[in-house]
Amino acid sequence: MLKFFEPNKIFLITSRAPKYVLFLFIIVLSIGLTEALILSPEDYKQSHSVRIMYVHVPSAWISLGIFSLIAFLSLGVFIFKNKNFSLISKSLAPSGFVFNIIALVTGAIWGKPTWGTWWAWDARITSMLILALFYLMYLLSWRIFENKEQVIKITSIIAILGFINVPIVKFSVDWWSTLHQTSSVNILSKTSIHSTMLIPLAIMTAAFTLFSILIFLMKYNTELIKIKNKGLDRL
Amino acid sequence: MINEIISMNGYGLYVWSAFSFTLISFGSLFLLTKLQLLKEQRKFVYKFGSLSTEKVRAAKKQYINKEILLGTLNSKI
Repeated sequence: MLKFFEPNKIFLITSRAPKYVLFLFIIVLSIGLTEALILSPEDYKQSHSVRIMYVHVPSAWISLGIFSLIAFLSLGVFIFKNKNFSLISKSLAPSGFVFNIIALVTGAIWGKPTWGTWWAWDARITSMLILALFYLMYLLSWRIFENKEQVIKITSIIAILGFINVPIVKFSVDWWSTLHQTSSVNILSKTSIHSTMLIPLAIMTAAFTLFSILIFLMKYNTELIKIKNKGLDRL
Repeated sequence: MINEIISMNGYGLYVWSAFSFTLISFGSLFLLTKLQLLKEQRKFVYKFGSLSTEKVRAAKKQYINKEILLGTLNSKI
């Protein structure tokens, strides 16, 4: 199964897929934006400010999901000694970081009309900021360290250590008394959000997922071509 | 109707700035990633072009090299 993760085989798919993913992303995003900004109803308490949820929540979910994936792949680097896992992780990180920043900024914008403040050192917001710092450390390490073996080890350790923060982000609203509301969308228990809001949220999540796949594919292709460029020098 | 969508009951500034920030971030990340990809593709084509016939033959044995060259020629995004 690990043979599937050989760069030569993956490149066959990753080099052709971006144009289809971009096309699909534009369609899904257009539907999502129409639903989120025009068709979905306003909240009885938060009025139209609730629409910020359609960019804030998917961004937070995806940034957490990408970091978890990076952590699992990093664990795979140590267990299976497969260096392509680190290449996949490296290509996933930029979009994860940008989604993390979007979640923090849109959260601050949402905070002002609902809580009366842009920022609070509340458990959920602070743990999301810590996640952004782990992303930053991870990305900077790839730039700072030049030794390939060393950088793979360092970035993998950062990702595995940073993963400790992921359940803290998720359960912070249950463990501590926070300004941030508890989750309205649950997989295991009852979802407390109405379908008129849940559908646009799902569409926007799908659009954001497609965007992260698009960036991953382009970044992964760049990294592979970089390797092949070095290979040409050695011929 | 349009005024309602823009002002959003006084919350327009917050809603539109959140959506704008998101879309600008998407655009910037896409552009940056695309530029990096183009840069590496051009570097590859340049290096490939400066190889001797013997080395070109050796390089062409690797399927991925052919794919990169083909991708550079056909690249739409």
